[in-house]
Amino acid sequence: MDAILLQILNGLDKGGAYALIALGLTLIFGTLGVVNFAHGALFMLGAFCAVAVNKLLTLEQVTLDPNQTTAWGSPLEIRTPYIENWLGDFGATLIDFSVPVSILLAIPVMLIFGLAMERGLVRFFYKRPHAEQILVTFGLAIVLQEIIKHWFGANPIPQPAPEDLRGMIDFGAMIGLTPGAVVYPWWRMVYLMFAAVTIGGVFAFLQFTTFGMVVRAGMADRDTVGLLGINIDRRFTFMFALAAIVAGLAGVMYTPILSPDYHMGMDFLVLSFVVVVVGGMGSLSGAVAAGFLLGILQSFASMNEVKAIFPGIDQIIIYLVAVVVLLVRPRGLMGRKGVMET
Amino acid sequence: MTSTVTATSPARDALMMVIFIAAVLTMPIWLTPIGAGYPDLLQKFAIYGIFAVGFNILFGLTGYLSFGHAAFLGVGSYTAVWAFKLLGMNAIPAVALSIVFSGVFAAAIGYVSLRRAGIYFSILTLAFAQMSYNLAYSVLTPITNGETGLRVLNSDPRIFDRMFGGGETQGVLLANFFGIELTGYAGFYFCAAILIIAFYVSLRIFRSPFGMMLRAVKSNQNRMNYTGLNPRPYTLAAFVISGMYAGLAGALLCVTDPLAGAERMQWTASGEVVLMTILGGAGTLLGPILGAALIKYFENIFSAFNDTTLAQFYSFLPEGAQHFMVELSSLFVGEGWHLTLGVLFMLIVIFLPGGIMEGIRRLAALFNRRGTGGGAAANDAGTVPAPAE
Repeated sequence: MDAILLQILNGLDKGGAYALIALGLTLIFGTLGVVNFAHGALFMLGAFCAVAVNKLLTLEQVTLDPNQTTAWGSPLEIRTPYIENWLGDFGATLIDFSVPVSILLAIPVMLIFGLAMERGLVRFFYKRPHAEQILVTFGLAIVLQEIIKHWFGANPIPQPAPEDLRGMIDFGAMIGLTPGAVVYPWWRMVYLMFAAVTIGGVFAFLQFTTFGMVVRAGMADRDTVGLLGINIDRRFTFMFALAAIVAGLAGVMYTPILSPDYHMGMDFLVLSFVVVVVGGMGSLSGAVAAGFLLGILQSFASMNEVKAIFPGIDQIIIYLVAVVVLLVRPRGLMGRKGVMET
Repeated sequence: MTSTVTATSPARDALMMVIFIAAVLTMPIWLTPIGAGYPDLLQKFAIYGIFAVGFNILFGLTGYLSFGHAAFLGVGSYTAVWAFKLLGMNAIPAVALSIVFSGVFAAAIGYVSLRRAGIYFSILTLAFAQMSYNLAYSVLTPITNGETGLRVLNSDPRIFDRMFGGGETQGVLLANFFGIELTGYAGFYFCAAILIIAFYVSLRIFRSPFGMMLRAVKSNQNRMNYTGLNPRPYTLAAFVISGMYAGLAGALLCVTDPLAGAERMQWTASGEVVLMTILGGAGTLLGPILGAALIKYFENIFSAFNDTTLAQFYSFLPEGAQHFMVELSSLFVGEGWHLTLGVLFMLIVIFLPGGIMEGIRRLAALFNRRGTGGGAAANDAGTVPAPAE
């Protein structure tokens, strides 16, 4: 029981990342009909927003202290981040919370980037075949990766979680199991909450606002909405930017779990695509459900008891599930009838 | 793409074949001025040319976009190294066995994957390839030797080598072709000969009723169903053939360097062959080879550039401008050659969806309009240098 609960928790945080990326992919596909292979790169871009914020906050002022000397006899260098000089304790807290603070930078950056990408590139590909959409966004992903690599180098850059959230949480004790049986890192819990809130926010936005209603109408029948005198293109462009923001935020918050490097996006992209297809192309709830489902399955498959029976199952479980789902349920788990059914 | 269907005649094909053979065999000569005239790179041109030609039989003719062809390349490589280990260093049995094994493997994967089409087919093939890659890295280590890669050892049985004596060679083992060691130019000519055969087979497939059937699958599968034809056997045959080409390419990679690693099966390798085919022009005969050569050329030449060579290149500029240009171009070469690839790739897809061959055709059309009268002659002048591009 404890072990099962632990594995479910383990799967949920990875599943959260899959679900957020897959949600963005599905938003873009459902509104614009574009298969976006650069979505993993957007995830990576978000992660590097966190890196950039951390770098900016920790820019240091170097002062020489003549009263103290190092072991070599030279004056001791005292390094203090500028922000601590200016803001004192609040500055130190800011540095400690650099990852959550990065969200403030990531939202405008991803918004602008999403709008620019949609207006500048993707809109010319609405009517072109899916293969060409895949290829051009794949090219863009390579370009983004290489630019990031040029600026930040090829090595992973670890990002610390805030001090208070670095420890473990005794989740088992909280819900009345034996203390110490189900312990779980705090930050993963935060990530899980964050993913849930973001997904809930996107759904609420689509469900309960007028803007969201129009977008849903446009997803169902774009031409008719256009004929009613609504500028559906502008709303869809905003949805593209929203998808970019979701991917970017997923990347920002994931940095303490996985040190970002320039090709992290590609690794997530392939899996997220599998998630989207398993959930059903164009189905938002399908993408979210499949994301969590595959995350949990993957964590169960990496249990030693399971690996003893099926060696290597942890390596292939996601793909295996994808193959089975696609062969048994051609539209994916929750795919709508008539969307990409060939 | 349609013009390859219409503008054909046996005489033109024969001419193209002759020019192609001549161009391939003289590659060491006419590629030297641009710095590509050394055997390692030429071998890569030929091998990845074969890979792309095979991929084109599936993607170019039937329109099924496979994202898992690297799996067949990997299977071919592993088979070839095992053939070296067990049978001996002669290249012929290794190549033959690789083709057979990758064909069987492709038949199994194709049988399942081809039940779906479009993006679902792509994801299915991707899933199978990733499974093979992950398994080769982890559980199948006894067969694949995992991360280290599979190589031929002096202590391996190599039955035929020992049977005909000379089994106890010392030092590095090299593949041979009945006694000729396949390194350097010998290796290139071996690959080139196979490339020519592979290209000829693909030409015959393009011109055959079977090829016509595959094009029918691409243009309208429903109509094909209504006329009472089942497209599945044709697509499966195309899938198996292109898998065999991939296996052949994998075997040749091992012939020139007897080492097989799992990273050959990763999805990026599958992506690479897609890029090659699209870059050159999917559905054209020569396009994939051009695309493969171009990408491998960029990979080898551009990645070898560094700041010093760039500074020499811009030495005619004044000091400040030289520094700026070196900084700017160093983004695109050396470590950053992928950036060039990405940009080039986006430009091609945006402005020239038909790839290089489309560009050549447009240029030829431009020629035709300019030159009044001898249209046919101008057309020939425009298309014939294609293999030498």
